[in-house]
Amino acid sequence: MLTIKDIYAKAGDKDILKGLNLEVKPGEVHAIMGPNGAGKSTLGNLLAGMPYVEPQSGSVEFLGKDLLALDPEERAAEGVFLAFQYPVEIPGVNNMYFLRTALNAQRKYRGEEPVDSAQFLRMVKQKIKAMNMRDDLLKRPVNVGFSGGEKKRNEVFQMGVLEPRLAILDETDSGLDIDALKIVADGVNQLRSADRSFIIITHYQRLLDYIEPDFVHVLADGKIVKSGSKKLALELEEQGYGWLNQ
Amino acid sequence: MKQKLEIKEDNAVVKARAKQKYKEGFVTDIESFTIPPGLDENTIRLISEKKDEPQWLLDYRLDAFAKWQKMTQPDWAKLNIPEIDFQAISYYSSPNANKENAPKSLDEVDPKLLETYDKLGVPLHERERLAGVAVDAVFDSVSVGTTFKAELEKAGVIFSSFSEAVHDHPELVKKYLGSVVPSSDNYFAALNAAVFSDGSFVYIPEGVRCPMELSTYFRINAINTGQFERTLIVAEAGSYVSYLEGCTAPMRDENQLHAAVVELVAMDDAKIKYSTVQNWYPGDEDGKGGIYNFVTKRGNCLGKNSKISWTQVETGSAITWKYPSCVLRGDHSSGEFYSVALTNNHQQADTGTKMIHLGKNTKSTVISKGISVGKSQNAYRGMVRVAKKADHARNFTQCDSLLIGKSCGAHTFPYTESANMTAKLEHEATTSKISEDQLNYCLQRGITEEDAISLIVDGFCKEVFKELPMEFAVEAKALLDISLEGAIG
Ligand SMILES: Nc1ncnc2c1ncn2[C@@H]1O[C@H](COP(=O)(O)OP(=O)(O)OP(=O)(O)O)[C@@H](O)[C@H]1O
Ligand SMILES: [Mg+2]
Repeated sequence: MLTIKDIYAKAGDKDILKGLNLEVKPGEVHAIMGPNGAGKSTLGNLLAGMPYVEPQSGSVEFLGKDLLALDPEERAAEGVFLAFQYPVEIPGVNNMYFLRTALNAQRKYRGEEPVDSAQFLRMVKQKIKAMNMRDDLLKRPVNVGFSGGEKKRNEVFQMGVLEPRLAILDETDSGLDIDALKIVADGVNQLRSADRSFIIITHYQRLLDYIEPDFVHVLADGKIVKSGSKKLALELEEQGYGWLNQ
Repeated sequence: MKQKLEIKEDNAVVKARAKQKYKEGFVTDIESFTIPPGLDENTIRLISEKKDEPQWLLDYRLDAFAKWQKMTQPDWAKLNIPEIDFQAISYYSSPNANKENAPKSLDEVDPKLLETYDKLGVPLHERERLAGVAVDAVFDSVSVGTTFKAELEKAGVIFSSFSEAVHDHPELVKKYLGSVVPSSDNYFAALNAAVFSDGSFVYIPEGVRCPMELSTYFRINAINTGQFERTLIVAEAGSYVSYLEGCTAPMRDENQLHAAVVELVAMDDAKIKYSTVQNWYPGDEDGKGGIYNFVTKRGNCLGKNSKISWTQVETGSAITWKYPSCVLRGDHSSGEFYSVALTNNHQQADTGTKMIHLGKNTKSTVISKGISVGKSQNAYRGMVRVAKKADHARNFTQCDSLLIGKSCGAHTFPYTESANMTAKLEHEATTSKISEDQLNYCLQRGITEEDAISLIVDGFCKEVFKELPMEFAVEAKALLDISLEGAIG
């Protein structure tokens, strides 16, 4: 599904990713952990095509396509979803309307018919319930006045509606209370399927109690320095990252 | 690999797009009678003669002209207005060679004119007319026709060109002309009073709810001419009317002057809703050409509990100088001003409103949304004045600016004067920018940059759009999207 080969990339003027390799197969869940400033968000932003990350060399193949050659909105329509570490507020733009616009833009790219507002409402009703989202959040402007946890939940709700092929969750668990954490994990688990993959960036192994990863990677200084099973997360939790350098 | 996207104003694609975007920029090739450029008493006599006007109107014009000659052009607006040579402008142009040939009904109107209005999306023929909307079509200095006249007459509503009204209802015109905007009001109003050509006249009798939307479509076609529209709407006690105006002009490298005066009068319990979708040619991406839109619009809430509501969507014109206002004379009367003003490229707008509270318990609401793109300058200028006797006057003003790009400007000039302690005046203002983060967020969800901007701008203007009659809200939204094209490289 996703093959990242020897990627070097700058964020702003700084070299951040320095020869990163990663292979994600359909249906897999990969957890990425690592110290602050290691380049985890930069990796997510690179995959999503955010303009502040500039790839220098290396390649990324996604579902047989050269991902780096696509515009960010094309990548989204091809199925790449990024739940942002810091979701952005968009005043004046209704959350539901925003999401329907996004869905229809992606459908248009894929040559599918747009969904009208009635169809859309039916589609999301059940997802709202599943996400335990307050109805009024959907009627409010995108993320405006949302609490930190509500913003994160909104990201997962959007993911549920857009049904991406590859979802990257950047610290979606940070700032969540324990109930919200379960809800978010639920949202992910419901979407898990044989042809959908996840990259989950997190600092806490706690999330991985709820979302079973197939692999855990440690990203440090711009590359994957260690990969392992779920057990690796537990070791990291106990010992921190220091021992990896020894 | 994809390079950094950035908000920029200067790339070739943007320029090419800016060139195509004004789809109303065509010229109708039609024979017309145009008086030579120049302005003196004889010009005014000639216009009056062409229109076969009564002596009192000629006197009114000449008096205004004498006043205008003693006045100087105002310079208090935040506008950079190149000097206007009033002698280089032609003040009258009619697509009918002479009065004898003037069409008696729409069937006799030159097909080229009908075609023009078809192209502009305002078909005048019986078959294709917009349902529920009566249209007065003004082409340069004359009205070429008015639809649904007979139907409206049944309801007692008078809807005609101003020139016709002068002949058919002189007593009404004489009574109200200049009663809201006197000819001495300001430089451009005085000029208009001297040389005005056509516009619309509306009279709604007591207790009548006008059965359809009324609208006027102003079209400038002839080169080197000015358009001096005059519109007068009188709503008798307990009546209601919703009126809409639209306007366009060909793309030309020379600037053209449009100096209009609109007067509204609302009696007891009467309500006038006046909407404008202003789409005059804005000039090209380098600021060449475009209409100078210098307009005086004022409503007089004369009666108790009367209401006048202005809604404007301003996307066109090289320079806009316009302050639709309400004089709240009747007790419990109310005035509203809802405005979206978008400026792109080198456009300049100085627009806003005046709410003059004279009666007791009068109320006014001002919602202004300014959007600046490119190298444009956009200013809101508003005045709220409460007179000594206007007990318990209330005003709420909200004034928001949105900036797109780095070289544009937004300015806010609110003035308040209150001579009454019981007045309650509230003012809120915000300035925001469409951030790269917001655009990136939209892109990541699959929304293109252009759609993202339109989405955000739409959200920004929502409160104003909901005041427009439905079919025009759709049009206004589309117009805004077109005007935004090229906002981002
Ligand atoms: N736009 C930018 N301009 C300059 N530097 C940047 C930019 N974006 C990220 N950086 C820098 O790149 C480095 C890696 O940042 P990144 O956000 O990828 O780290 P992270 O692993 O996600 O850290 P955290 O765990 O704190 O979220 C940091 O030093 C950060 O300051
Ligand atoms: Mg991060």
